[in-house]
Amino acid sequence: MQFSFHDSAINASSTSDLIPALRVKDLAFYYGSQKAIESVSMDIYQGQVTAIIGPSGCGKSTFLKALNRISELEGVVRVEGQVEFFGQDIYSRQVNLNRLRRQIGMVFQKPNPFPSSIYDNVAYGVRVFSRPNRVSLDETVESALRSAALWNEVKDNLSKSALGLSGGQQQRLCIARALAVKPKILLMDEPCSALDPIATMKIEELIDSLRHELTIAIVTHNMQQASRVSQYTAFFSTDESRIGQLVEFGATTQIFMAASQSRTRDYVQGRFG
Amino acid sequence: MKQTSITPELCRPLSPARTVFNYGMTTIAFLLSGLALLPLLAILLEILRQGVPGLKWEVLTNLPAPVGMEGVPNGFANAIVGTLIMVGIASLISIPVGILTAIYLAEFSQGKAIAQLIRFVVTVLSGVPSIVVGVFAYAVVVLTVKGFSALAGGFALSIIMLPIVILATEEALKLVPTSLRLASSALGASRFQTVFRVTIATALPGITTGVLLAVARASGETAPLLFTALFSQNWFEGLTSPTASLSVMIYNYASSAYAEQNKLAWSASVILVGIVLFVNIASRIVTSNRFKNR
Repeated sequence: MQFSFHDSAINASSTSDLIPALRVKDLAFYYGSQKAIESVSMDIYQGQVTAIIGPSGCGKSTFLKALNRISELEGVVRVEGQVEFFGQDIYSRQVNLNRLRRQIGMVFQKPNPFPSSIYDNVAYGVRVFSRPNRVSLDETVESALRSAALWNEVKDNLSKSALGLSGGQQQRLCIARALAVKPKILLMDEPCSALDPIATMKIEELIDSLRHELTIAIVTHNMQQASRVSQYTAFFSTDESRIGQLVEFGATTQIFMAASQSRTRDYVQGRFG
Repeated sequence: MKQTSITPELCRPLSPARTVFNYGMTTIAFLLSGLALLPLLAILLEILRQGVPGLKWEVLTNLPAPVGMEGVPNGFANAIVGTLIMVGIASLISIPVGILTAIYLAEFSQGKAIAQLIRFVVTVLSGVPSIVVGVFAYAVVVLTVKGFSALAGGFALSIIMLPIVILATEEALKLVPTSLRLASSALGASRFQTVFRVTIATALPGITTGVLLAVARASGETAPLLFTALFSQNWFEGLTSPTASLSVMIYNYASSAYAEQNKLAWSASVILVGIVLFVNIASRIVTSNRFKNR
């Protein structure tokens, strides 16, 4: 299988000068009493795109949702190990969940705009935390929509319903909505799985342009996509225990071209999963 | 090899027994559907036939005339006003309580045993006969303050409305996709911010429908008002006085010995059915708008 790599990925080898935005240490995650992932240790570096790949049911999404504690809304969960966000343990009792999620934003698998206007969608997160005046809110909305490469398509229709946009536009709106609160990290859970190839390409270009402002972790089923957009890649898999594990983490070029584990090599070559 | 044709098999008619059974059942289903509609149509027709001739502008603007007096304007304006006021009181009580209860059940209870219990109690409450609700309100309010009043009537009607509002609102909230709640939380919204800014806003058409159906139901109730608001021949005199209502007026006048009172009861029926129909149609319009937006 042929892979094309991101320009910056070719040279990404030394990790010594990178700052970990998130440092995961020996993470295990339970839904109720069911163990979903275990012994995951990896860093997500600031200003880099980290792809998380692996077969279905290997805990990729579970891992991602553990990073901003959004999984706690879906049921009773339990966590062992540590997730440090610039040195602060996010599972510490002092951490305010609302402030944490503002710093670590999320884009979901299916576009999920609120059933309100385009403007109100983007302004939502800002309004949750403050009562901004109209001028500064207008500026925030515009710059978020520009960052998400959506401004030119919607600037004349800001008061129209977000549900009237196409799927790809809705997903970019969701990205703009997440960017409007100026997070440090953006978690993306298979953001292109419901989109057509052209919309997918736009999102990939967007990810690349955003890399300079913030840190991105993206779960994807599509290995070509992982190789195109990311500098680092984590390969998750599972065995008979059905508990997801991190098999290998490293620079994307290394994972795809010279993986040290045979399971990783088999997966990226399309021999299983 | 001989080429066999599929045409005879495809064109062969079904056996006569199957054909007869098929048409027979279709006919029976059609006729029985018509039979089910018959009572509704008969009621509507009879009410219109008996009520419309007496329906003049003066009956909507005047008080009931004393029995036997000729040439005096006769009407039931006080009953219309009384029904509106008592349904209004009932709405003021049941809508906030009902919606907040539904929010607790749908958003915050997370399957706790207490929530199951509340849901069960509400379901039972929705099946309690309205006469029992009337007797209850009589014992709790009327006997305590020693007087029939619009407040007692409104209280009784609110008990009728409460389970309808709760169950409809909970259903509407459950229909809101979880992905919207997650999106809101991922932007740093607290649970109550999510509920008020996203969930309720999304579920509003469904909630409005439930509320309007409850209003329609309360407008037509007689039994809860018989022992609570009683009746009055006069204009509305305040929340603590006995108050007229359309339904109790119909109950009293329909069984009256005087023909003009019977006539007035028919006209009041037209107005009452009209109110209920109007509220139902309004709820339909709200619901259909919901689908246009999606």
